[in-house]
Amino acid sequence: MTTSRPAIVLCLAAVAGLALYPLFASDFGVDLTTKILIYAILALSLELLVGQTGLVCFGQAAFFGIAAYATVRFSPEYAAAAVWWLLPAAVAAAALFALLMGALSLRTRGVYFIMVTLAFSQMAYYVIHDTPVGGGTDGIYLNVLPSVPIGPTQLLDLGDPLQFYYVALGAVVACFGLLALVLRSRFGRALAGMRANEQRMRATGFPTYPYQLAAFVLSGAIAGVAGFLFAVKDGFVNPELLSWHLSGAALVMIILGGLGHLRGAVLGAFALSLLEELFQSRELVGGFADHWHLGLGASIIACVAFLPRGLIGLPQMLRARPGGDSR
Amino acid sequence: MSAGEILLAGRGIRRVWGGLVALDEVSIEVRRGEVHALIGTNGAGKSTLVNILAGEIPPTAGRVELLGRDVGAWSQPRRARAGLARSYQRTTIFPEFSVLENCRLCAQAKHPRPWAFWSAAARCETSLDAARRAAVRVGLGDDLHRKAGLLSHGGRRQLEIGMCLATRPRVLLLDEPLAGMGAEETERMLALIEELRPDHGILLVEHDMDAVFRIADRITVMVNGQVIASDLPGAIRNDPDVQAAYLGEPA
Amino acid sequence: MDLATFLVQCLNSIQFGLLLFLVASGLTLIFGIMGIINLAHGSFYMIGAYMAYGLAPVVAGSVGGGFFTTLAFGLLLSVVVGYLLEWAFFSYLYDREHLQQVLMTYGLILVFDELRSIVVGDDVHGVAPPAWLAGSIPLGELMSYPVYRLFISAVCIALAIGMYFVFTRTRLGMMIRAGSSNREMVQSLGIDIKILYRFVFAAGVALAALAGMIAAPVSSVYPGMGDQVLIICFVVVVIGGIGSVRGALLAALLIGAVDTFGKVLLPGAAGVLIYVLMAAILLWKPAGLFRAG
Repeated sequence: MTTSRPAIVLCLAAVAGLALYPLFASDFGVDLTTKILIYAILALSLELLVGQTGLVCFGQAAFFGIAAYATVRFSPEYAAAAVWWLLPAAVAAAALFALLMGALSLRTRGVYFIMVTLAFSQMAYYVIHDTPVGGGTDGIYLNVLPSVPIGPTQLLDLGDPLQFYYVALGAVVACFGLLALVLRSRFGRALAGMRANEQRMRATGFPTYPYQLAAFVLSGAIAGVAGFLFAVKDGFVNPELLSWHLSGAALVMIILGGLGHLRGAVLGAFALSLLEELFQSRELVGGFADHWHLGLGASIIACVAFLPRGLIGLPQMLRARPGGDSR
Repeated sequence: MSAGEILLAGRGIRRVWGGLVALDEVSIEVRRGEVHALIGTNGAGKSTLVNILAGEIPPTAGRVELLGRDVGAWSQPRRARAGLARSYQRTTIFPEFSVLENCRLCAQAKHPRPWAFWSAAARCETSLDAARRAAVRVGLGDDLHRKAGLLSHGGRRQLEIGMCLATRPRVLLLDEPLAGMGAEETERMLALIEELRPDHGILLVEHDMDAVFRIADRITVMVNGQVIASDLPGAIRNDPDVQAAYLGEPA
Repeated sequence: MDLATFLVQCLNSIQFGLLLFLVASGLTLIFGIMGIINLAHGSFYMIGAYMAYGLAPVVAGSVGGGFFTTLAFGLLLSVVVGYLLEWAFFSYLYDREHLQQVLMTYGLILVFDELRSIVVGDDVHGVAPPAWLAGSIPLGELMSYPVYRLFISAVCIALAIGMYFVFTRTRLGMMIRAGSSNREMVQSLGIDIKILYRFVFAAGVALAALAGMIAAPVSSVYPGMGDQVLIICFVVVVIGGIGSVRGALLAALLIGAVDTFGKVLLPGAAGVLIYVLMAAILLWKPAGLFRAG
């Protein structure tokens, strides 16, 4: 699937806009946008599984949370770990769990698969929540942020919100680019074929299990990048990072943005986060701000019911109305 | 025309579902250069037999031999890579992809190289080459960039065969390729099968009796999970058991 | 562990397992027959528990009834609510993909949660069992077992037997089982499949709500109870096999045992044990213990 030129221009404009944003935004805005960028990476990882491979995984938060916890657990207590090994280590932890989860879940299909992925991520949640691995139900702190050393000097200060913002933005662009490459490669096209018609792919000679497992591991690794960034951003992780509510939110993001498009995942992350901010803002909804889940839940239902192709599909939907050309 | 070596064989195939015997001691051979038609009433077990030969379901007993080797333990993808291609009764093309991409993706199965994530599949000359040739061979050379879902019914059935050919198979299992086709499309499909005959072994499951008697070198008749006759078309036409079970009164 | 403690834990595990079965049977039925995965099923359990708490004073004030009257009212209310919900919302989910069903019912959980929060708040509440069930039966010299927990098990067993009877011996049960495998055939027999589905759904909701109501005195009534029971029910259904009520019963009892004894023997790992069990069973039987039926 090739992207149209207007879409490419829009993407570049969005990146440019995000790059310029901190110049005129408040501290709160930069902080919120950094969080959204991290969620965008999580959404991208899930888009690979759901939108491109056709595997509805309800356990994405497990990869996210495991990497976040690994970041804190692997860091020495009173010294800075070099990001050069800490990031790969955290990502590897997430990828390893994805390998295990995938190996067992991929023997199932359909609704079963959804339930099994949910259950496995709950297992990870309880391991972190109840056992000493997680260090307590209230969460644990990252005492010293990782360093980014080049020889004797520090390349970046990850504790500076502005620098961290650009790191997050760079990570989104890098993950997006990597996924775009993978999706147009032979591997990616094979995944697309399996999503379209798994039986035909098997009849043609593609062993589906290894491909899907590889997609799982890659997805887990990218979610792990998001988890690492989250841990470093706040210096604090708690078991709720593995909660199935976060897995659900990730699914909402990719459907809201538009399934089947990488940019849909990023768009959905922004849209959902902004919706949440909207429903929590006292200025706009008054007393209902305490019960913001109500508006959110209703929006999710409305979105799935009326916007099946997500926001990306909105122009096409509007064009199909009487008065415009229909496709 | 003499047929060549045996490419695909089922020997003593038995398949039992719960208490029901779907296939009972069925044996069949597909030779190179031969169109072997498989006919029978609905529920006779033809689809089950094809699924077992292709590797989609395991037999309860019996052997499947592909190119002389026992492939009973081989998965369907493995058999496909070894040269066994099948088309389905209900078309299984990729409607969202172009005709060329449909064939290219199938051709890729022979040269998968999945680790090379940096190179674009759309520029893979090996698979593109095989795809173009397969598409042209089935008569879709002018529709390469058309979205497959927009093809006519006959076009889609042609594409399904093209996708099989893109993997350069030795054996073709064609499951009712003429289903739902008009006279002209049927002619085209039969001409294609005729053209494919010399290089392949073709097992053709079909209900269109005129077409079967025109093109088949050998016909196997199945009723209720058993083979009641397997012979040259002329002998089948005159076989009283076959007439009673399937063809009706002699003309 | 001495004999009395062991006996207590056995009874606890059976009671927990049976309660789980009650909730999970609704979930697996709704999936097996209508093909929809309903994440909001746990919310019905929570609503049932809150009904036990909230309806009790209302019922006591208006008709002077006690626990069982509240139960009856609650049951009636759940059937009505279930019927209306199916008509207004769930009937639109039948033809949708699983991902859409998952997300729409996930949105429904959020809506239910907040409605509960608005109507009754977020506090944890206790519900007292009726006086005549509030005692204990002595077990051995030092221990005794609450009568109410035995009552819960008895109710679940009675319902399980009732369900078996309805499914295998009544026309209704035959229609339900037929409707799951062949919609068109059932419709051509003159049975309105829409009404059938509505009824099945309402029954599923009522089962979950009833479970919440009778569980309330032992588990308390708190906001997160729906989520908790939902996930465990998913594990029950995965282990038991989707659509299989028999499988749900076996799986629920298995999980009841593993969870209860796990909490006593390995308190640090208790929450994880049922998932380890699930993983082990999936390795052996990827589609669960039983097929649908």
